[in-house]
Amino acid sequence: MEWVNAVVQGTLLGGLYALFAAGLSLIFGVMRLVNIAHGDMIVLGAYLGLSVTAILGIHPLMALIIVVPCMAVIGYVLQRSILNQTLGGDLLPPLLVTFGLSVILQNALLEIYTADPQKMNAGSLETASVSVGGLSLGVLPLLTFAIAVAVIAALQWTFYRTALGRAFRATSDNQEIAQLMGLNRRHIFGLAMALALGVTAIAGIMLGIRTSFDPSIGGGRLIFGFEAVIIGGLGNLWGTLAGGVILGVAQTVGAKIDPGWQLLAGHLVFLAILAVRPNGLFPRISG
Amino acid sequence: MNHSDFHVTRSSAATKAAAIIAILVMIVLIAAPWWAGRADMRLMGELFLYLALASLWNLMAGYAGLVSVGQQAYVGFGGYMLFALTMFGGMHPVAAIGVAGVLGAIIAIPVALLIFRLRGAYFAIGTWVIAEVFRLSFAQVSSLGGGSGSSLPVGIVRSLSESRSGRESLSYWLALGSAVIVIAAVYLFLRSRNGLALTAIRDNELAAGSLGIDIWRTKFIVYVVTAALTTMIGALIFLQKLRISPDAAFSVNDWTAFVIFIVVIGGIGTIEGPIIGTLIFFALRETLADLGTIYLMVLGVVAIVIMLKAPNGIWGLIRARFNLELFPLSFRVKQSNSSKGA
Repeated sequence: MEWVNAVVQGTLLGGLYALFAAGLSLIFGVMRLVNIAHGDMIVLGAYLGLSVTAILGIHPLMALIIVVPCMAVIGYVLQRSILNQTLGGDLLPPLLVTFGLSVILQNALLEIYTADPQKMNAGSLETASVSVGGLSLGVLPLLTFAIAVAVIAALQWTFYRTALGRAFRATSDNQEIAQLMGLNRRHIFGLAMALALGVTAIAGIMLGIRTSFDPSIGGGRLIFGFEAVIIGGLGNLWGTLAGGVILGVAQTVGAKIDPGWQLLAGHLVFLAILAVRPNGLFPRISG
Repeated sequence: MNHSDFHVTRSSAATKAAAIIAILVMIVLIAAPWWAGRADMRLMGELFLYLALASLWNLMAGYAGLVSVGQQAYVGFGGYMLFALTMFGGMHPVAAIGVAGVLGAIIAIPVALLIFRLRGAYFAIGTWVIAEVFRLSFAQVSSLGGGSGSSLPVGIVRSLSESRSGRESLSYWLALGSAVIVIAAVYLFLRSRNGLALTAIRDNELAAGSLGIDIWRTKFIVYVVTAALTTMIGALIFLQKLRISPDAAFSVNDWTAFVIFIVVIGGIGTIEGPIIGTLIFFALRETLADLGTIYLMVLGVVAIVIMLKAPNGIWGLIRARFNLELFPLSFRVKQSNSSKGA
C-alpha cells in the first residue's frame, strides 16, 4: 500500500511538472526556441504571486487573475523587443540570450526579494485532504493535477480548434509562407510567448503554494520541465503530461527507496528513456 | 603578371609580431613568483584557469556547435577525482591531475553517446541534467563528505612543497601551464585535419557532411577531448581551493555562466576571443565585484547586447575593422616579392 501511495502521490506531483513543461513545449512547438530562462520565469511567477497576495491580502489562487495577465504582457514585450531578434537559422543567439536573461532574472529577484525562502499561504487548502480507497490524497496536489489537465486541454483546443492555433501551426510549419499569407510572425511569436508565460504564471503560483521557493531554484524547475517534455516526446502536449507523471512517479518511488535518491531517480529514469527511446515515448515531430 | 609571384600562407606580419610578444609575455609571466605579490599571483592563477575553461568551451560551442551548459560536470568531477585519488589512492597531486584527465575522458564517452541523441538547444539542457546527476551522485558518497564536502588533508598539501611560497609558485605555474597547453592544443587541433573538418562544420554543417566529413565522429572527438582537459582544469581549481563540496564543485554560475559570458563578450569561434574576454571579465570583476548581484546583472546585459548587436564579440569587431589575426589559422594569398608589377 505504501508503494501504491508513492505512485499516486508521484502522479499528482507529475501534474505540477507538466505545468512547468507546458510553456516550454508550447514555445518550442511554435518557434523552435528553447528558453533557458524558463525556470526563472516560473520563479518570477511565484514571486509576483507572493507580492500580489501580500499587497492585496487575497488568496494565492485569486492572485492568478492578476499574475497571469501580467506575465502574458511580460512575455509579449520580451518576445517583440528581444527574443524575435535572435530567431534565425543559428542556434547560439537564442540559447545565449535566454541564458543571459536567466542570470539577470535570478539576480534581480535576489536583489528585490533577498535569498530567504518564501512561501505563499493558502490557508486550509494546504493541509486539506480526501480519503480515497485507503489513500489520503491532498486537495492541493489533486487541484494542481486537475489544473494541469485543464491547461493542457485548453492549449490543445487552442492549437487545433481556433484561428490563433491555426496561425501558430502555420508559422511553425513555414515562417515565410505564413508571412506571405498575411500573418505577422513577429506578432504571432509574441502571442505564443504571452500564452506560454501565462501558463508559466499558473505553474509558478502552484509551485509557490506547494513548497517554499527562493531565487536560485529556477534551474532545477527548468530541468524538470525539460525532462517531462523529452520523456513525453517533442511537440506532443498530452505526452508532456505523461512525461511529467513518469518523472513525478520516478521521484516519489526513488524517495521511498532512499530519501537522498529522490531527484537522482528522476534524472536516471529520464536518461534511461533517452537511451531507449531518444524521441520520447509519444513523439509527434522531430526536433 | 606571373602566377608564381603569389603564394598562399597562413602567417602575416601581425601573427609574427604576436608570436614574439607572446614569448616575451610568457617569460614575464613565468617569472611572476619573483616580482608579483601573493594576492596578484592568486588572481593571475585564477585568471589562467578561467582562460583555459573558456578556450575549451569555445572549442566546443564556437567550432563544434556543441553548446553545453553542463561543463561544470567535468570541473566538479575533476575536483572530486583529485580528492579521491590523493586521499584514498595515495597519489601525488600532480599525478592525480593527469589520471583525473584520463578518467574524465573515459566517463565522457558514455555521456556523449547518450546526450548526442539530443539536438541543438535540447543538447544544452541535456548536459545540465548530466551535471546534476554528477552533483547528486557525489553528494551521496559519504567518504568524500557527502553533501557538506571535505577538505584536502594537510599531508597531501605538504607533498606539493614544504614551504607556503613554494606551493603558491607551483600552483601558479600549473595554472599558467594549463592555460598555455589548452590554447596550444586548441590551436594545433584547429590546424590539423580534424580541425579543418571542424571549421568546415562550423561554417556549414550540411555542406561539410556532403564533402564526406564524418560530423558525428568529429564532434564526438571534440567532446571527449574537451571533457578530459576540463576535468584536469577542475582538478587544478580544487587543488588551489583545497576544499570541495557538491554545490561549489558543480556550480552552474561559477563554471559555466561566467565562462559563457567570457567567450561571448570576447568573441565566439576565435582563439583570441576567450583571451580578450577573460581579461575584460577580470577587469570588470575587480572593479564591480563589490556591487554583488548588480554586477552579475550587468554582465548578463552586456552579454545579451553583444549577442544581439555584435555576435562575433569584441575580437570580431577588431578583426573586421583591421583584418587582424594573431594566431595563424586562415590562409591568405600573398605576393612573393615587394616589387609590385603593374
